[in-house]
Amino acid sequence: MRAFLNIAALILWMVSQVQLVSARQLTVAPNGPVSSVKEGIALASSGDTLVLKEGHYDEYDITVDKPLTIIGEGQVVIDGNRKGFVLVITADDVTVKNIEVRHASTSFMEDYAGILVENTNNTVIENVTLTDNFFGIYLAKSSNALIKDNHITASGGRETSSGNGIHLWYSKDIDIQGNYVEGHRDGLYFEFVEGATISGNVSEHNIRYGIHFMYSDNCRYEGNTFRDNGGGVAVMYTQNVEIINNRFEDNWGSSAYGMLLKEINRSQIEGNEFVNNSVGLYIEATSRNSIKKNSFRQNGWAIKLMANSTDNRFTENNFIANSFEISTNSRQNYNAFDNNYWSQYEGYDLDKDGIGDVPHRPVRLFSIIVEKHPPSLLLLRSLLIDILDAAEKFMPVLTPETLIDSQPKMTKIL
Amino acid sequence: MITIKGLRKDFGPRTVLDNIHLELPSGRATGIVGPNGSGKTTTIKALLGLVKPTEGAIYIDGESVQGQWQYRQNIGYMPQTARYPENMSVNELFEFISEVRGNPTDNKAKLIEYFDLEPELDKRMRTLSGGTRQKVGAVLAMMFDPRILIFDEPTAGLDPRASVQFKKLVHREKEAGKTILLTSHIMSEIEELADYLIFIVEGRIRYHGPMKELIEKQKEQRLEEAVAKMMEEVTA
Amino acid sequence: MKTLTILKYQWKDLFRGKWIIGYGLIYLLVADAMIRFGGTGPKAMLSIANVMLLLIPLVGMIYGALYLYQSREFTELLLAQPLNRRTLFWGLFGGVAMPLALAFSLGVGLPMLYSGIIATSPIVSVLLVLVLGNVLTLLFTGLGFWLALAFFNDRIKGLGFALVSWLFLAILYDGLVLLTIVTFGDYPIEKPMLALALINPIDLARITVLLNFDVSALMGYTGAVFSRFFGSMLGMSVAAGCLMIWLGLPLWRSVQLFKKKDF
Repeated sequence: MRAFLNIAALILWMVSQVQLVSARQLTVAPNGPVSSVKEGIALASSGDTLVLKEGHYDEYDITVDKPLTIIGEGQVVIDGNRKGFVLVITADDVTVKNIEVRHASTSFMEDYAGILVENTNNTVIENVTLTDNFFGIYLAKSSNALIKDNHITASGGRETSSGNGIHLWYSKDIDIQGNYVEGHRDGLYFEFVEGATISGNVSEHNIRYGIHFMYSDNCRYEGNTFRDNGGGVAVMYTQNVEIINNRFEDNWGSSAYGMLLKEINRSQIEGNEFVNNSVGLYIEATSRNSIKKNSFRQNGWAIKLMANSTDNRFTENNFIANSFEISTNSRQNYNAFDNNYWSQYEGYDLDKDGIGDVPHRPVRLFSIIVEKHPPSLLLLRSLLIDILDAAEKFMPVLTPETLIDSQPKMTKIL
Repeated sequence: MITIKGLRKDFGPRTVLDNIHLELPSGRATGIVGPNGSGKTTTIKALLGLVKPTEGAIYIDGESVQGQWQYRQNIGYMPQTARYPENMSVNELFEFISEVRGNPTDNKAKLIEYFDLEPELDKRMRTLSGGTRQKVGAVLAMMFDPRILIFDEPTAGLDPRASVQFKKLVHREKEAGKTILLTSHIMSEIEELADYLIFIVEGRIRYHGPMKELIEKQKEQRLEEAVAKMMEEVTA
Repeated sequence: MKTLTILKYQWKDLFRGKWIIGYGLIYLLVADAMIRFGGTGPKAMLSIANVMLLLIPLVGMIYGALYLYQSREFTELLLAQPLNRRTLFWGLFGGVAMPLALAFSLGVGLPMLYSGIIATSPIVSVLLVLVLGNVLTLLFTGLGFWLALAFFNDRIKGLGFALVSWLFLAILYDGLVLLTIVTFGDYPIEKPMLALALINPIDLARITVLLNFDVSALMGYTGAVFSRFFGSMLGMSVAAGCLMIWLGLPLWRSVQLFKKKDF
């Protein structure tokens, strides 16, 4: 019996020892024995969980250099007081949750960030509030990260005094979902990223772009909302992107686009809503893409299509109540339009097959006049302009002859 | 008492009335005669405020009518060519003017009866004959029992019977002490109705005074001859 | 009070003429068709606004002038009555402008009501169309009055001027603006162009419509002048102010002419 008890005690002791080694939990509290995050990290060993108790921690350049889980309990604020980075993650398998990070430093030389993730694997940043940081979350040369449900806001006034909300550089297989970004230079910034998924995010009121996306092949973004950003959204120099069911709205200005596509090839743009932008979709040097089932509503220009774009196919899109449907800068056109719904279509459907019997010319003469002489925009909706447009439609002289939808739908595509 | 002082009216370069001085005593009937285009109607319109004088002033009982409108409460006017809203019925027209003037009297019914207008009351103005229109005009002028009555060629479209009826009525109004001003081409009519005479040629007054004096002065029996003689003198 | 009496009889007379009912029916048909085929979106409102910009100035001016000519008898009859000329003028003006405005409001408003578009559209668009339509009706009826009073004894001239004014304001004027822009495109001409547009009441109304339906396009313009003008309340206030001046000017001139006129 005694021997049995001894063995049992031994097993219990061993079990507890294993637990201590694999997942020890340390507590940091402002008035506890461990009162700073840095101290907590120093005391912890790989795989430990660091619980931050409610309170204000004035710390900066906190380096997480071992695999840790850092979780806030209650209102946890780490304030960098503009002295440098706040959190710097350099180890793999780090998770940061439920805290607020404030006031990373602002600089012209160094990209200070609320959370910097560098050269790591399997980082998770979830439900973190980032307030008034120069950069919010900055990932460099990292892979397999999950950035989820974070709230990232800044009130930087100018482009130079503000960094990006979520900044990715040379990273791979990153999952960014459900974040809210506001008031940064670019809400999301992607450069040399591969295989990222960006879904369910809201990026609005940023100084430059809602998302700024370059040299990042094989990415997918889906169900995001980009609203009222200085320049809208820019997607450039990339192949094979899937842009699905996003919403681009309220981007106003002379160089503001719902979305700008520049040198984008073999990509899908499907099911997106472009609403109330100066230009819904601006397309330049972009080829072999499918633009399908999108809705363009109440934009100044639904699409500006530059003539150096070829072999793009526009099908089953809705063009509703835009001031201009399509404008272009040449009489040449090497793109295909079919089966779209155009609210400016004035044809008829005698055989009742749902497709207009005469082709639709979405490029108005007036859009060419405005392109050459911008102040003439003042004459929009003048009777004179309508007469000129009608004459041009009857006998095209200046508008591209082949830019037509020969099978325009009579009713909206649902 | 109607007083006109230095009245002058230009229509563009044309002077239609020139330096008119007149005094029309109350309770008298005054006839205005003169050739076509001499300024008779313009004088009346100036008195009513329809035409704005270029120079001069018009006083009624010592008060200037310049820019005023209330004084027309005391005036009944029957125009030369009666033009009325074509779609209104006679009755509507009477009611409308009554609402505008706001002082209906029992004269209206009497006048309608007097001129046999009952069968016409529901007819639209545009369907009426010229004579009936004149009668409507006469009713409109007198139905409010104003102190001053102005008739511009009143009997021009009336048949002899209505004409006689009308003149009888004017006589009665005169005896009731109204101030009456009328123009006519028919001298016998003026002779019959007026005590005073104004003779206008080319916008100037050539004679103004009691009718009898004129006839005596010209040594003629009738007004027509007296006036014709005066016209010859003017053109000579 | 007397103005009201005059109005009452004028309206009776006008509705008896049935012309005004036809005018209202045109709007009813147009609005109904636009809503039926254009859907409940902004497109229907925009189409109604386009028709309104075209039709109201034409009908307002022509009918305003014609009406004054046709009411000559009425006017002369009333002028011999104890009535202020000013009272009579407003009676005449209200007698035609208000039924025109009412015909427009009902013609456009009823289809909006029974189609339910009034609930689904932004209230600003609905109000804009209704208010602008009424202001334009008053404005162009006033212009018609002005022309008729200026050429009171020559109907052909008055109506001719009304028609030519409409052609000029609706089409030719914009042609001149376009020519100017094309000719002087290399100079900073935004401000003068803006001023030119504010001088023409039809353009003014059109720009007010643009400010509501096409602001995203206007904001896409590359010059700072336009975006500063259209992007703030400034644009709306200046446009509204100019419209009010345009509303007042013809009426003020007409009253002056009417008071001095010999009948």
